[in-house]
Amino acid sequence: MTEQMILRIEDLYKSFGDHEVLKGISLSLNKGETKVVVGPSGTGKSTMLNNINMLIPPDQGRIYLEDVDVTTTTDLTKIRQEIGFVFQDFGLFDHLTARDNVMIGLTRVKKMAGKEAAELAMLELRRVGLEKHAGQYPAELSGGQKQRVGIARALAMQPKLILFDEPTSALDPELIGEVLTVMKNLARDGMTMLIVSHEMGFARTVSDQIIFMENGVIVEQGSPEQLFNNPQQERTREFLFKLTDLYGEGGG
Amino acid sequence: MEGALVTLRLFIAGLGLGVVLGIPLAFGQIYGNKLIRGLIAVYERVLRSIPLLVILFLLYYGLPLLGIRFPPMVAAILGLGLRSSAYQSQIFRGAILSISESQLKAALSLGMTGIQAFFHIILPQAIRIAIPPFANEAAIVLKDTSLAYALGVIELLRQGYYVMTNTAEPLAVFVAIGAIYFVMTVSINTGLARVEKGLKIPGIGVEEGIG
Ligand SMILES: Nc1ncnc2c1ncn2[C@@H]1O[C@H](COP(=O)(O)OP(=O)(O)OP(=O)(O)O)[C@@H](O)[C@H]1O
Ligand SMILES: [Mg+2]
Repeated sequence: MTEQMILRIEDLYKSFGDHEVLKGISLSLNKGETKVVVGPSGTGKSTMLNNINMLIPPDQGRIYLEDVDVTTTTDLTKIRQEIGFVFQDFGLFDHLTARDNVMIGLTRVKKMAGKEAAELAMLELRRVGLEKHAGQYPAELSGGQKQRVGIARALAMQPKLILFDEPTSALDPELIGEVLTVMKNLARDGMTMLIVSHEMGFARTVSDQIIFMENGVIVEQGSPEQLFNNPQQERTREFLFKLTDLYGEGGG
Repeated sequence: MEGALVTLRLFIAGLGLGVVLGIPLAFGQIYGNKLIRGLIAVYERVLRSIPLLVILFLLYYGLPLLGIRFPPMVAAILGLGLRSSAYQSQIFRGAILSISESQLKAALSLGMTGIQAFFHIILPQAIRIAIPPFANEAAIVLKDTSLAYALGVIELLRQGYYVMTNTAEPLAVFVAIGAIYFVMTVSINTGLARVEKGLKIPGIGVEEGIG
């Protein structure tokens, strides 16, 4: 079977002022793969994700979505439709119901007819187990439900890839599971996902690869077994050990 | 009664001018470069720090020395409008900035343009957030129309004054004048409160205290 490359990042650099945050990041994702990025705070994980859909343009390097170079494309809004983004603090539109949050990209960006968009929105809400909450506003939803709406909103655009930036770290512990379950189902259904998360149980059982990033570089990447059982770098062992200690194995 | 109409005209034109100037000022403060932001900050600080009566005198008695002459009514509207624009710009700016950055990022990452994100995401929320302070500002502008008295505009207060000199009934006349202002202010506030209620969405605005 030939693997179809969805995302390829080559030698990404990014500085804020004279603070160099990303120092040559390269990675790639094939269709249907799930990769989890871990690393200490301030390492540049969020910056890297924001580079991928050009919310923060990189200084140097290339980013390919399939065969389109995202860094030089003339139609950024088109590219962004193809890259889902799920935020730590949800980023739901507070003046719209759950359904309308999921719909608005379809009607306003894809110019889909209202009825068709509403049907698709309900389909995606059902997929994350929220069809009963379609008429509720974000303020009326729990954190876990908000994040599931956030995921449904991304899914509705039929993206080629979804980026997750610590999707569960703003949640109360008892609400993390419901979000991880949805993500696990997506992985099983063949969605291509790049996930920044410290949920080690999830990373271990669901991801195809774990990417350990520190100080703007990728220290090591490999299958969960390899990184947990036979890491090449002492630093990887240390960090993963500490994380597993902190967050436990739960949620997988 | 004619005086009441003049007062209403002053109010609508003054508040309207405040909106028309206040919105671009708010934009300039948020999206402008350093120079624009600095100039707007000075403009606002000056207009908010000078009594309205002084602003009116400057416009009416001061500007003619520079060759710019306005009829009293126009000077009064300008004064009310300029001063109100300084406050309104703060109201609009606050409302726009109170919408989380992550909602803007989410809108852009769906593929919206900046303009779409503004009109579909930021504006509908900002309007709701701005209504209560805007109602407050409207009440202030309405009451301050009475300062046009000092430029000789025959608005509600001055007309009341004429009636008083004719009837020698100061108590009755000024109670009536006060009552008219009261009714106008209350109508404006209830009108805007009704708009606010009509647009109410859970989680947006202050009453509920949740976000
Ligand atoms: N817009 C910005 N302007 C200046 N510095 C920034 C900006 N965004 C991020 N930084 C800095 O870049 C560094 C990397 O930030 P980033 O958010 O990418 O880290 P992270 O790995 O996601 O960390 P965390 O785990 O805390 O989310 C940090 O030192 C941060 O202070
Ligand atoms: Mg981050």
